[in-house]
Amino acid sequence: MDKFTTLTGIAAPMPLVNIDTDMIIPKQFLKTIQRSGLGKNLFDEMRYTLEGQEIPDFVLNQPAYRQAQIIIAGDNFGCGSSREHAPWALLDFGIRCVVSTSFADIFFNNCFKNGILPIILPQDQVDVLMEDAKKGANARQTVDLEAQTITTSDGQSFGFDVDPFRKHCLLNGLDDIGLTLEKVSAIDSFEMTASAARPWV
Amino acid sequence: MTAAPRTLYDKIWDDHVVHQAEDGTCLLYIDRHLVHEVTSPQAFEGLRMTGRKVRAPEKTIAVPDHNVPTTAGRDKHIDNVESRVQVEALDKNAKDFGIHYYPVTDIRQGVVHIVGPEQGWTLPGMTVVCGDSHTATHGAFGALAHGIGTSEVEHVLATQTLIQKKSKNMKVEITGSLRPGVTAKDITMSVIGLTGTGGGTGYVIEYCGQAIRELSMEGRMTVCNMAIEGGARAGLIAPDEVTYAYCKGRPHAPTGEKWDAALSYWKTLFTDEGAHFDKVVTIKGEDIAPVVTWGTSPEDVVAINGVVPAPSEFSGGKVVAAQRSLDYMGLTAGMKLTDIKIDTVFIGSCTNGRIEDLRAAAAILKGKKVAPGMRAMVVPGSGLVRAQAEQEGLAQIFLDAGFEWRLAGCSMCLAMNPDQLSPGERCAATSNRNFEGRQGRGGRTHLMSPAMAAAAAVAGHLVDVRDVMGVDA
Ligand code: SF4
Repeated sequence: MDKFTTLTGIAAPMPLVNIDTDMIIPKQFLKTIQRSGLGKNLFDEMRYTLEGQEIPDFVLNQPAYRQAQIIIAGDNFGCGSSREHAPWALLDFGIRCVVSTSFADIFFNNCFKNGILPIILPQDQVDVLMEDAKKGANARQTVDLEAQTITTSDGQSFGFDVDPFRKHCLLNGLDDIGLTLEKVSAIDSFEMTASAARPWV
Repeated sequence: MTAAPRTLYDKIWDDHVVHQAEDGTCLLYIDRHLVHEVTSPQAFEGLRMTGRKVRAPEKTIAVPDHNVPTTAGRDKHIDNVESRVQVEALDKNAKDFGIHYYPVTDIRQGVVHIVGPEQGWTLPGMTVVCGDSHTATHGAFGALAHGIGTSEVEHVLATQTLIQKKSKNMKVEITGSLRPGVTAKDITMSVIGLTGTGGGTGYVIEYCGQAIRELSMEGRMTVCNMAIEGGARAGLIAPDEVTYAYCKGRPHAPTGEKWDAALSYWKTLFTDEGAHFDKVVTIKGEDIAPVVTWGTSPEDVVAINGVVPAPSEFSGGKVVAAQRSLDYMGLTAGMKLTDIKIDTVFIGSCTNGRIEDLRAAAAILKGKKVAPGMRAMVVPGSGLVRAQAEQEGLAQIFLDAGFEWRLAGCSMCLAMNPDQLSPGERCAATSNRNFEGRQGRGGRTHLMSPAMAAAAAVAGHLVDVRDVMGVDA
């Protein structure tokens, strides 16, 4: 997993609420057995016509936002399925950070496993970032994970919360499985105790 | 010393903590890991690349369901190359890693959340995960069950644990009894209509109350299945006699002394008097009507005898979202729900693909025919549900009514296999998601109970099942 320390980049405004995983990556693209290559189909049905032509109105098709690395989104981003293809597609497109007032639980988890930072902020602050993002390519926002701040293009800064363990993993690009396997003796002894207490499991 | 009162969720959680870090992050032991073909290939690939093994293959159960066609001949050949590659990858991974497997050729194959309980893999008090958000279904047994992403699938395969922070406790109580024509599906949809798709975010919901107690296991699974649509990590229902009776005699349920030991443990699985809930929602069972969705979010729920709402009735970002939904759905505000014409009916999915659901639909369809031009299909949740329905004569009722009688799988619930809506087609569906494009690009989905979907198939438009049944609204 790539480390996440600081990021300065273009933020794309997506004010729609309840952007679900079927919008982020429609199911016809879930048939892959790889993690990479999904970026071209990110938001596929909003981004392309049935014939595969780009829809010029869609934010990521506009010249100013083609290189976006941050998405400022409406409430409840990522609701729906557990598909990790959603963060894979975002990442493959180049998105490393999503800001919203709320996220669906599984999507939120999946982001951290893939080096994407989801940031939760109150509505008024999301509104400020959204307006800033609407200014286009020259309005770059900066995310500093160590300091836990996000800053608009004109220097207005907001602090955000992040779980310390997840922050540590993101900052250092750590793989969860490796970390857990360091506790293998705890797992062994749990299994012994549990199978004595609940032998039917 | 008397211990502080705990919720059901607290108790199951406490019994599965392997390690707790200072910041509260826990390593949680996983008793059952269910696997399907769409969210697992990258996880098995990860194991291969790092030379890791599946830690507990005997607790890992795989079944292909999302991609598989539901028409005859699928055991010999799957036309779609990418689907075939995914199913073949699961065949191979199951064999290479030595996990339990129900391939398409096995009569026990079906939707993973139907197969798990049916085979007795899911039992009260367990932790159950699957790379699928509707894992919440298994909460009906008083098991802590939730969906995980593919990285977590790999983590569970390698370590049989999951890194978790505890959620908050939420109680949803349905008091009294349901009225005739009202089902478990209407309960769970009404709750989401009330709390919204974000209402359960950060919580594990325990459903309780008389109306929940009065449900069969099938109905309880329907309720918990859609906890995720309400944003919750999991839904739970405390086990009782109904649960024990369902579990007893299942292929992987304990027997003899182990059964007795299990039973006495299961009887401790309830929320203690005075335990703390962070959020409480109470709904009167008698107030719940048969409901349908009008929009493109599962929270867009209205009673069938109501009208399509106007965007101006909402606030915040939902105003724009509601207008977008109306445009997508091709509906106008103020229109009666019962005036909405449909051309497709889908009965199936892990929400409503069990035997009781098929019985409820067949009861409405008996001696009737679907409206002219209607495309109607029943996709049983598993091969065993299918066989039982054939034995009970339900299959014949569906066929006589003009329904297609398919093989088991997810099918048109998410339309990854050939069963899809075309742009503009409108479907009465017993599944759980009405997102844009969920059942096929441009397809329009109205969610409802199996009886309501069956009634709509006959009428050609949405209809109040109570009128068909001759009971009062
Ligand atoms: S039936 Fe639908 S909701 Fe259930 S597991 Fe299959 S695709 Fe998911």
